[in-house]
Amino acid sequence: MQKTFTCLICPVGCEITVTATGDTIERIEGHECKRGIPYVTDEFLNPKRILTTTVKADGAQFPVVSVRSDKPLPKNKIFDCMEVLKKTRIKAPITMGQVVVEDILDTGVNIIVTRC
Amino acid sequence: MFETNYDVVIIGAGPAGLAAAIEAKKVGTQKVLIVERDHALGGILQQCIHPGFGLHIFNEELTGPEYAYRFIGQIKPLGIDVLLNTMVLDIHSDDKRLYAVNRERGVCNIGYKSLVLAMGCRERTRGAIAIPGTRPAGIFTAGTAQRYINMQGYMVGREFVILGSGDIGMIMARRLTLEGAKVKAVVEIMPYLTGLTRNKVQCLDDFDIPLFLKHTITDIKGKNRVEKVTVAQVDDNLCPIKGTEWDIDCDTLLLSVGLIPENELSKKAQVKLDPITLGPIVKQRMETSIKNIYACGNVLHVNDLADNVTVESQIAGMYAGLNALGKEFKPRKVTECIPGEYIRYIVPQKLEVTEDRQDISLYFRVKEPARNVTLEISSKGETIARARRQKINPGEMEKMKIKADAIDKLGDELIVSVAEVKS
Ligand SMILES: Cc1cc2nc3c(=O)[nH]c(=O)nc-3n(C[C@H](O)[C@H](O)[C@H](O)COP(=O)(O)OP(=O)(O)OC[C@H]3O[C@@H](n4cnc5c(N)ncnc54)[C@H](O)[C@@H]3O)c2cc1C
Ligand code: SF4
Repeated sequence: MQKTFTCLICPVGCEITVTATGDTIERIEGHECKRGIPYVTDEFLNPKRILTTTVKADGAQFPVVSVRSDKPLPKNKIFDCMEVLKKTRIKAPITMGQVVVEDILDTGVNIIVTRC
Repeated sequence: MFETNYDVVIIGAGPAGLAAAIEAKKVGTQKVLIVERDHALGGILQQCIHPGFGLHIFNEELTGPEYAYRFIGQIKPLGIDVLLNTMVLDIHSDDKRLYAVNRERGVCNIGYKSLVLAMGCRERTRGAIAIPGTRPAGIFTAGTAQRYINMQGYMVGREFVILGSGDIGMIMARRLTLEGAKVKAVVEIMPYLTGLTRNKVQCLDDFDIPLFLKHTITDIKGKNRVEKVTVAQVDDNLCPIKGTEWDIDCDTLLLSVGLIPENELSKKAQVKLDPITLGPIVKQRMETSIKNIYACGNVLHVNDLADNVTVESQIAGMYAGLNALGKEFKPRKVTECIPGEYIRYIVPQKLEVTEDRQDISLYFRVKEPARNVTLEISSKGETIARARRQKINPGEMEKMKIKADAIDKLGDELIVSVAEVKS
């Protein structure tokens, strides 16, 4: 299997191709420097992203309030987390940094409020 | 009419206005006022709930509201006054007064010693780029859709096509996908991405959203609501190529086709504007062509990073404050900054050589993407500064410094250019 990634470590933005069988990487090509290797390895094996979205808020200034994951979440859990957050409602008063969902889907990551 | 007087007045409470107000106060002025038409502080950052702010100045990745809060939290403790829900209508630069209106007080007449313009920018609309077709419901600018979804909790459609590969469009593509909508295509007329690469990777590639470069939308179909759009390839002159069209079914079209600095007020104050940036022409202290009026942030030129806005606005605020305290900088010479080959514009447009010696940062945009280049600032045929870049891109603003001790070498003009291109 081959997969191509754009390296985001520096502005060059190399297109790096990973050749692998299952989870075993056989070849990495297209990186102009060695910093690209750990980057694509992570992107290939265990990509993670910060999730930002909104949850419903009762009695607040607006019907929704913005939230984020306090650490990057595994990319393949993002949509499952969205399902949890769609069903989440919080009540005013709301404070910046307040935890909305603790340890979401056993990832060890909390979802916190990002506005006041 | 309600009348009041301030040392420094700032119009707009986005990151630009907030940073300017804080610095103006910190240099020792007594009375600083921010006038904002919205009901809350933070400007556009209130709706930018995605991460990507603060990497440069806080060394942390924050969301827009969190970034704004770092500044909002300082406003009250510093004793800076704020008028919310108040729209500035006019500026009389001759007698240093401005006119604003709000519900409680009606028209307010506010005097200033220094004024900082920080009104941000607005989105280009469909009208500004004229797509033929019907006028059904379901066409939004990307920023309007962003405000509906992120602040009002109101979803604007189910199946989307996005015109323009600017950052707001790409960020919205991800946001809509997370909310369960289907983004069928991002269509960009230019042969390159106009936003940041990081946004392409994390907003489009992550969700397998197709990006069509060198394509545009030639028709919008639908009676009451958008039903489909016609996409076509364009030639090198950006004209649609006959026979390449195809239709995409969708109920909503988002436009992310650029931002325009909001300068109606600046024009009323007779501030001179740059025909390229569409913002005021400024000197390195962010002073406009009209004495006592300063400008910073997106009203000056469209920025891709809030961090750059903050740095530039701190300069504007500091010198607006010093000006209000009576400090003058007598120019011995004025140097014009001339965009050389491959350079679209430079901010500031003019430099004043005075007794105040500080490093000066020039912000500029290139016209075309290139790799392995050397950027150069020169004056009177002599090199003032050089910088290597592995990659340059019109979507990513460039910055170069002129060292304080090089300022004496400046002639009547300086030129910023792409000196060498190695392929
Ligand atoms: C959708 C989007 C996504 C972005 N994403 C990123 C990102 O990921 N990372 C990053 O670093 N940067 C990002 N940016 C860029 C950054 O947010 C902007 O460059 C920055 O917010 C500009 O700040 P500003 O203060 O100049 O303008 P604004 O934030 O627009 O503030 C201007 C303020 O002036 C007020 N105003 C205007 N006219 C008047 C008037 N007549 N009277 C009273 N008030 C007035 C407006 O209401 C507004 O509050 C993004 C921008 C947008 C639009
Ligand atoms: S591989 Fe190296 S040179 Fe290429 S983008 Fe990544 S960090 Fe930059």
